[in-house]
Parts: sequence; structure tokens; C-alpha cells
Amino acid sequence: MTRQERAAWLFCAPVLAIIALVFVLPTALAMALSVTDYSVYALGDWQNLRFVGLGNFVDLLSTPLFWRALGNTLMFAGLGVPMAIGTSLAVALLLHDTTVRWKPLWRVLLFAPYVTSVVATAVVWRFLFNERFGLLNRALGAIGLPPVDWLGNPHTSIPAILLFVTWKTFGYNMIVFTAALSAVPQDLMEAARLDGAGSWRRFRHVTLPAIGPTLLLAAVMSIAGFLQIFAEPYVMTMGGPAQSTTTVLFFMFEEGFKWWNLGQASAVAFILFLMILAITLVQTRIGRRYEWL
Amino acid sequence: MVVTRSLRGVLTTGAAALLTALTIAPLAYMSVVSFMPRGESSTLPTPLWPSRWSGENYYELLVRRLIDGAWFDYRIVPALWNSVWVASLSTLLGLLLTVPSGYAFAKLRFRGRQRLLQLLIASLVVPGQVAMLPLFLIFKELGLVNSYAGVILPSLAGIFAVLFVRQATLAIPDEMIDAARIDGASEARIFRVVVLPLLTPVVVTLALFMFLGSWNDFLWPLIVLADQNRYTLPVAVAAIAREHAADAELMMAASVVTTLPVLLLFLTLQRYYLTGLLGGSVKG
Repeated sequence: MTRQERAAWLFCAPVLAIIALVFVLPTALAMALSVTDYSVYALGDWQNLRFVGLGNFVDLLSTPLFWRALGNTLMFAGLGVPMAIGTSLAVALLLHDTTVRWKPLWRVLLFAPYVTSVVATAVVWRFLFNERFGLLNRALGAIGLPPVDWLGNPHTSIPAILLFVTWKTFGYNMIVFTAALSAVPQDLMEAARLDGAGSWRRFRHVTLPAIGPTLLLAAVMSIAGFLQIFAEPYVMTMGGPAQSTTTVLFFMFEEGFKWWNLGQASAVAFILFLMILAITLVQTRIGRRYEWL
Repeated sequence: MVVTRSLRGVLTTGAAALLTALTIAPLAYMSVVSFMPRGESSTLPTPLWPSRWSGENYYELLVRRLIDGAWFDYRIVPALWNSVWVASLSTLLGLLLTVPSGYAFAKLRFRGRQRLLQLLIASLVVPGQVAMLPLFLIFKELGLVNSYAGVILPSLAGIFAVLFVRQATLAIPDEMIDAARIDGASEARIFRVVVLPLLTPVVVTLALFMFLGSWNDFLWPLIVLADQNRYTLPVAVAAIAREHAADAELMMAASVVTTLPVLLLFLTLQRYYLTGLLGGSVKG
């Protein structure tokens, strides 16, 4: 072993060992756990552990709440991605306009919600959504609309939480899109302007193709984020009302750490993993198509 | 032309200001309500400003009191110290572990480097939640459940951090390192004297990411901590929020205590944070 090689292992071994202990080993065990009936009995004594094959997965498929959680999570992702990406893009486009002053100030303040704790801001938004005293309904009242029971009605609970999530996270992709927009070739833009293209057509035919790959990648990555929603329903709704905000991860948490059905919960974790894997495959395919990665 | 341009400037700047005001409004309202006298925010019409500025919510939240002969507090102060302690330690240890490793992956030649690197990149696909259930059982066997070590240890597996540092280190010219090597410097000395000073901005960015990540982390501390006196702030706030949903002023004060430290940290170091966000793209 050369001197360099020894130094390299010295530098890498500690972190690799920790990764192996807290990430690789448990991930492998998760697969093993998902084919057992690990429950509160096994927690007391390993002797009670039995191999059940795909039993957990079969059970899940016949559990209505799991399907509900899956449906809710897809709803979160399906509505949330256009909402969040659209907001980020709109704000980035506004900030990209050359006539806007004090851009760094707006950028930092618009980004600020992203660095705050989900739990603390979810508590704040839970109060903003309060049916009687919330600021949101006061604003609705001011323009003559009736109050909405945002978090108490199964039809508005998901949109309400999405409003909160969008507020909290749009700043991230706003920064990403701002960078992409500043890389749009200026000479193309100028040529289009000289050819008499209006602002919509310049956006449609110059800006959009240039930032398209970034947009697509951001959308795909934010799907993965929306699939992992947990703290929001935990703090704001406890998965309710009428289980309308029970997400896959919330279901996994309840199943695993409230009822101690760790075998069943591992099966849920495994399904979540497959969903995120599928999305990542799409993402790398997009990346390859645009020769990015 | 000049006039229309400046008019447009007023309109677009106004729009940006309005949007920013709307975005900041929830945080501003949180702070305002936290200073309202108890119960005032739950009157109609919803007040936007306190009738008088009151510190009673902070007093109730932060000061330990004798009620009916028993000491009572919301355990927010211990949670605050736990959060400071856990976030600082996991940042410090995280940097010590990942920065040298990121450098090694970029600049030192060793057998298996490429394969390990590919494994690290591939493992980014696995969501951390998958590991959590077995990890809880492993920690239970090791006696780490309900300990600070149990909270901190998983945050030290900084796969992203290693790749982030590696990416930044690739920009350092090999000649600098080789020159130091010819001068007879040891590998540890090269890292400390030549490489580390050049990586300072990256290390600051990474430290900020790690500190904020640990401070805001919720699911894992919620799983691993059982003793209320060991709760970190988000776990403590979530617990109080369940019992005291109606005490809006108290809850807003708790939220201020949780968000203010990281907001100040972010505003002070925002340049590092925002540039780091864009530099973080991982390439194999």
C-alpha cells in the first residue's frame, strides 16, 4: 500500500464505517424485516419471530387504509408538483426581469421559509387555517367569501396542506430556476425581439426550451419530496379528517411506532423505496437525454 | 422609452415587494401573536396587532414555575439546549468525518475508489426512511435508543456531504498538491495546510447545511427519543402543539423560539447557503 493509499483509507474509513452501520446494514435488514411478522411480541422476545414471505405485502393490498394513504400521497404529488413548480417558476421569472430593483433582498426573504422548521411553521399555519380565528378566513371574509374549514373538511385538507408546503418550499426551486434563466442565451433573446416576437412568444420559444431540462428535472425531484410528506399531517391534522391526509410515510410511522408492527411497516417502507426508485430512473433517463449527468 | 422603463420598474419592483410581504407574512404574524395577551388572537375580528405587547407567553413557556406545590414547565428550555447541543455536535463531527473523505475521493488514488464512489452515488436513491425501522431495532440492541448519540449518529452518514466536498475539491489543481508532496509534506499536512484553506467557503456552506438539517430534523428524533427531557425543539413543539392546540399565543411563542435561531443564522450566512445550493449538483 502506498503512502497515499494509506492516507486515503484513513480519511475515508470512519465515515464509510458509519454509513455501513446506520445506512447500509439497516437498509439490507429492512428487506429482511419486510418478510417477517415482526410485531410487539418479537420486540419482547426474538423467539416469536416468524418468516411470512410476501404475507405483509398481501396484507397491505387488502388494507383499505394503505390504499387510502397511497391515493392521498399520489394526490399530494399530483397537485403539489405543478403548484410548487409553477410558483417557483413564476417568482423566478418576475425576479429575472431586468427592471426589478433590490433583487438580492427579495431573493433572500422569499427563500427564508425554506430554512425554517417544518414543525414550527406547520403549527403557525394550523392557526392561519383556523376556521373561526384564522387569518386566511379573515382575508376571505374581507372580499366577501364565506369561511372555509380548511383542515376540518376532507375536501380542503390536502389543498390546505399543499398551500403550506408550497409556501415553505418554493424558494428552493426559485433559486435553481433563477440560475437557469440567467443562462438563457441573450443573443437569441435579442434576435427574437428584433424579429418582433412578443414577450409570450419569446418565453414560449426561447426561454422555455432553454430551461426545459432544468424544469423537468426539478419537477421529477420534487415528486420524490412530495412522496415523503410526514411532518405536515402529523402536526396539522393527525392524518385526518376522515383519513384524508394520511400519507404513506404517516401510515408507516403509525404502523411501525404506534402499533409496533415493524414487519408490516417495513413492507410499506419497501414500497415507498420502489416508488422513489422508479422516479429516480425517470430522472436519470431525462438527465441522459439532455447529456447532463 | 426612459419613462416607460422606469414605470415598469416601479410595477415589477412593487410586485416583487408584495410577493415578499405575502411570503414573510406568516412569520411576521407568528411573531406578533406571540406577544399578544393570552387569548387575544382568538377573538373576532381576528386582531392583526396586539392591544398591548405582552411577554407573558414567553414567560409561561420558558420559566419554570411552582404550581400547586409541583414544579412545572413546558421543557422548551431543555429542548432548546438539546437542539443547540445536538445540532452543533452533529455539524462538527459531520465535518470532521466527511471533509477529509470528500478530499480523498477527489484527489487521492486508492484501489476501489471508483467503485466506492459509484456505490455512494447509487445509494442516494434509497430514502432514509427505509433504514429507520431496522435502525431503531439495532439502536435498541446497542442501548442507543433515547440517547443523544442515537439522534446524532445517523446524521453523520453524510453521503451527500462527501460527494459535495469531492465536487468542490476537483476544482483544486493537482499541481498544488503534487508540489507540496515533492517538498516532502505528509498527506495529513497537505490536507491541512494546502487543501483545507482553499475549501473554507465550501466547509462553511456544508456546516450551514448540516446545522440547519439537524436543527429541523423531525422524524428520526421523534422515533428515537422517548424521554421528554431529551426532546429536541421540533419534537417538543409537536408534543406541546397536541396538548395546547387552543393556546395560540403560547404556540406562536414556541414557534418563534424554534425558527428564530436558524433564520438569523441563515440571514447572516445567506451568501454561502444560496451559492452552495447551486454548487451542490452531484456528478459521477
